[in-house]
This record gives sequence, C-alpha cells and structure tokens, in this order.
Amino acid sequence: MTEKTNQYSYGKAQLFWLVTLRVIIGWYFLYEGLAKVMTSGWTSYGYLMDSQGWFAPLFKALAQNQALMPVVDALNMYGLILIGLLLVLGCFEKIGYICALLLLALYYLSHPALINAEYLFPPEGSYLWVNKNIVMMAAVAVLMAFPTGKEIGLDRAIFKCSKK
Amino acid sequence: MAEDKKKKNISKGRREALKTLATVPVLGVMAYGVYKKEKNERSKRLAADMFRFKEKPVPPPVTDGKRIRIGIIGYGIRGKDLMNALGFSTPQHVEDLKTAWKSNAQDSRYKDFMEQEDLNVEVTAVCDIFDKHAEEAMAAGANIHREGLNGKYEPTPKRYRHYKELLAADDVDAVIIAAPDHWHGTMTIDALKAGKHVYCEKPMTWTVPETYMVREAVRAGNRVFQLGHQNRQIETYNRAREIVERGLLGPITLVETSTNRNDPNGAWVYPIDPEANPKTIDWKQFEGDPERVKEYLDYMTSAGLAKYIGPDSRDKFSLERFFRWRCWWDYSTGLSGDLLTHEYDAVNQILHLGIPDSASSSGGIYFFKDGRTVPDVLHTVYEYKDRNLSLLYSATLASEFSRSRKIMGHDATMEIGSTLSVTVDPRSEQYKDQIEKGVVKPGQPFYTYTPGQKDVDAISSATQLYFAQRGLLYSYVNGKRFNTTFLHIKEWLDCIRAGRKPSCGIEEGFQEAMTAHMGTRAYLEGRTMYWDRDKEQIVRG
Repeated sequence: MTEKTNQYSYGKAQLFWLVTLRVIIGWYFLYEGLAKVMTSGWTSYGYLMDSQGWFAPLFKALAQNQALMPVVDALNMYGLILIGLLLVLGCFEKIGYICALLLLALYYLSHPALINAEYLFPPEGSYLWVNKNIVMMAAVAVLMAFPTGKEIGLDRAIFKCSKK
Repeated sequence: MAEDKKKKNISKGRREALKTLATVPVLGVMAYGVYKKEKNERSKRLAADMFRFKEKPVPPPVTDGKRIRIGIIGYGIRGKDLMNALGFSTPQHVEDLKTAWKSNAQDSRYKDFMEQEDLNVEVTAVCDIFDKHAEEAMAAGANIHREGLNGKYEPTPKRYRHYKELLAADDVDAVIIAAPDHWHGTMTIDALKAGKHVYCEKPMTWTVPETYMVREAVRAGNRVFQLGHQNRQIETYNRAREIVERGLLGPITLVETSTNRNDPNGAWVYPIDPEANPKTIDWKQFEGDPERVKEYLDYMTSAGLAKYIGPDSRDKFSLERFFRWRCWWDYSTGLSGDLLTHEYDAVNQILHLGIPDSASSSGGIYFFKDGRTVPDVLHTVYEYKDRNLSLLYSATLASEFSRSRKIMGHDATMEIGSTLSVTVDPRSEQYKDQIEKGVVKPGQPFYTYTPGQKDVDAISSATQLYFAQRGLLYSYVNGKRFNTTFLHIKEWLDCIRAGRKPSCGIEEGFQEAMTAHMGTRAYLEGRTMYWDRDKEQIVRG
C-alpha cells in the first residue's frame, strides 16, 4: 500500500526552492500587513475608491460604508499578517494559501489590468490583463499543489501529533 | 547497541526539530529589519512630527429635552438651505432628491437628508413677502417626517405677512433670518428686542451705523446670536489655526484670497419666478426699513456717491430687483458683503486678525453690463500694521479659474480649501537643516490634511488631493460626514440650550461687518479707508 504523501518525494533542490518561495511570499505578506498596522490612520479608502472594472461599484460602496470600513481595513491588515506568518512558519499552510489566493483575487478584481484602466497609483510596470497579483496567485497555487509545511515547517510537528 | 539507538533517536529528534523550526529565524530577521527601518524613518520624521496633531475634543452634546420653536424669515435660495439644514424640506424637494437618488445611487443627498440628526426643533412661524415662497416654507415646516409627495404632514406653521408680527408671536423662541442684506441688521435688532435668539445670514449689516446697533442689541440681552458663516465648522480651518499657532509657517506677511465664478447664477442673475407679480409680492416691505434707507442715502449723498443710488426709484416695483437684489447697492454691498465676508471670516477664524488698519479697493463692472451698480471685478487690500501683514481679496465673476486661498509665511505657505497643504519655502530658515538633509523638499507640498482621516501621515499624498478635488470628500467630525450649514445651526441651537457662546457671535460679526464696509467704502469713494481703533470708526484717508 502506498501512502499518499509528499514526504521525501521532493529532491533536495526542489524542496529548497519550494520552501524558499513559500517563505519569500510569506515575508511579502507579513511586511505588507505590518507596514499598514504601523502607519497610523492607514485606510484602504483611497485604494478602494480608485477601483475599476466590473466590481468597482461594489468596492466603492464598501469604501463609502462608514460602518464597514474599519472592519475591511482590519481584515486586510491582520489578514496579511496572519497569512505571512502561516507561510513563513509553514503552519496550517493550506489555510494560508487559500486566504492568500482570496486576498490576491480581491486586489486583482479591484484593480484589474484592463486595457482602458488608469489608476491613481500608477503601477511600477506595464501590464495587459496579467499583473503581479496574477503572477503571485499562480505562484501561491503552485505552492498549494506542492505543499512543504510538513517537510520544513510547523506542520511537520502539528500533523505528526494529530496522526498519533 | 542500545546507546547507539539512543544516539540515533536523539539525532533524529534534533533533525525533526530542525526541520520543523527551520524557517522561524526568518521572523527574527524581519523583526530586526522592521526595527532598523523604523529607526531610519523616525530620524526622517522629526520634521513631520511638528505637523502631528491631536483631534480636538468635541463639546459634549446638549441633551436638554426642550424643543426649540423656530421662526423663519425669508425662504429664498438661502432660506431653503437653512431650513433643509434644520431638517425641514418641501415634499416636492424631498421627492426630487429621492428621484435623483433612484436614478443615480452615487447621489447621496436624499440619504444624507434622511439620516440627518433630528435637532429637536419645531417650525412654528414663517414669513416671506413673496406668497409662493411663504407657502413653500409652510409646506416644508409641516413636513416633519421628511416625506415626499402624498406623505403625512403635521399642521402647517403659521404664516406672518410682516416679520414684526412673527417676532411678536409667543410661540417663537428663535428666528433664522435669511432676508436680503438690507434687512439683516434691522431684523436682528428687532428680534433681539423681542427676546428671540437669532441666526442671521451674512453679511451682518448693510449700513455702518446699524452695525453698532446690532452689537449693542446683542450685548444688552442674553440671547444667542450666530452669524451665518458656516465655514466656522470646517475642520480644515481649525487645523489651519493650529498650524499657524505653532509657528510652522514662520512670519506671515501676505494672505491671498479670491472669488472665481463664471456663470450668471454666480453673478446673482437668478431666475425670475413666473408667479411673481405686484400682487404676490409685498413690495413695500421689500423696500426696507426707512431708518436704514435714510442711513444709506445719507452716506451716499454726503460722500458724493449719488450716481450709485438706484437708478430705479426705490418704490418702483421691479422683478429684477426683487430676485437679483445683490446687483444693486440699494439692497446689498455687492461682492464685499456676499463673498469677501466669507473669505475674510475664514481668514479671521484662522489668524484672528480683527478689523484692519486700512482698506483700499478697486475694480469695476467689466463683464455683466446688465444695469447693475455693484462691480463684478473687485480687489480689496487690507493692511494689518501690528501684524505686519496684508490681506488681499481679489474677485471676478467672469472666470472660474481656481486661485487657492494662501497664507504665505517666510518658512512655508499654507493653501486652504476643502483640503489643506503646506509647502515649505526654499529660503526657509526654520526648515534649513531639513531641506539640506533632503527630508523636506521645498516647493512641494510637505504636509496635507484631509478631514475625515484621524491622523494623516506628514508625507504629501496626491490621492487625498485628487479625491477632494473630485468632490469625493465631505466635512467630517470624528469621522462622520456632515453638511457645514447643519453643523453651524446645530451649534447655535446647542448654545441656546446650554448657554454657550457660538463660534461666530457678535464680536466676530462686528469685525466681519466693519471690515467689509471699509472695503466697500474704499471702492465707492476711490480712496483708502482707515479704522480708528480708539473711536471704533471708519475714517477717510
């Protein structure tokens, strides 16, 4: 009987680079979150109001809802931090990936790289439909398909314990 | 053998732990990085910290359950705004707002109006000398549930044909005066004498002599007088005041303000109501208080300004003069009274300037050659010798190219509109070190403040400016959006209930009126006017 597990199925280089990718993406999320928390008065109001594309009315309505905005801001800031921690530590990594994909999808939907879109925060590159959020989503999806937390990460201990 | 196994287990355990915790040090690296970055930022923030402000506490809400009974005098353009701010609007107007909101969800006026706080007031009396306006005011006063057409209305407030009858009514505690300018002072004095609290539209007065009388009437009683400069409620101006108080601009030598309008409505060419005629308008009452008119005529004739009187006879019925009264000296003081007063009061609020030492004006009727007597282009320069500064007001009604309101200091210039920005001067001495270190970039907005954000980073953001310029921002108090006229009226009502002093009371009003009169007289007489501080009089140069 073959146990369906990734254990020992990666070569050393494969494991090294997968873990590196996971930690780097985690770092990116973690610091994005920390920077927002440390900026007093930070709000995603401006970003949301600058939304374009099909979902723009939804994001703008959200921004203008005074009761919801603090919740949206808190979810974004602490969501980023939590995802970052989960990815860096390899702790419940699947949850981390799913949350990361969700946030990235929201960012993309709010600021899609459309042909006629002009944003207030000009992007640092040139994009057509595909932008860095999409690239990051693909990278996260790859990591989700090739999990590493049970190799290098807290999941190694967590899932061993739960197996017992 | 057993020892070997034990050793193996230990090393396996170690390896397990190592693999489990391998990435934890990454968090340590990040913590170190964040610490270093913060330290670096902090050294750069020294300049920015000077622009860090605390939110001012809002005066406690007045919970006195007493319902204040209001009388409305004048239900024209501004009267309607004021009554809306009180929470009363005609069913037709509510219906229009609702329709606009249904066709465009972004149009939040209906929602804003419906959510506007109940001020615990009742409109018991209205007075307007044009029947249609009076009837509309009654309908608005009865619409206590803020309903559209076919709603449920309460009994209508009583209509008085003469404002003095309204002032004599026992069921009126306070009045809102939104009659034409030539009535402001007289109505305020009469209302105070009748024991009513007064909210009066700006300008406070039309003639100089009545200005003293209004002040005397307010001082003599214990009624609350608020002049209608709703800019007093704009959060940005309070922040501007703090910036000046901290000396962040350095010595201020020049203040520039302006009016830039470019449409007939902005030049007071208001539409004439088809229902208006000598039968529906009480022209006699429109003419004005005889005593005031005499003061006006006395000044104009004694100063050799008879050419500015009329040209129509005062008793001749005229729809133009009734609806567009701001175009004639006979009823208004033109740009000085209508728009200079707003600019002046905003600057007075920020700099506490008081009445200037002198005023010089020039201008003319350059575009609207429609028979008006007041200028459509006007420039007035006020000198404040003790403060070592000039205040410049420059207006045109035939170009709306935006000129910002600027307070110009040796170290920095502050521009104030719906947002506020401070630009450091390249030659500043106060910021010399920071300019050299590259922390402050002279010539670029260094600090911007957008109301609604509790604490803004002292790094300029194009975003905030962008949103403000596109009208996406509103006036905020503690993060909540408000209409400034509503706040100004609310403050007046709170002061009535709690015996507090309003932000634009008689002292501010007296300064506003005298300053405007100095500018007006300087224009009319073509010479500099001076303020004699001891005698409190305007004197000729």
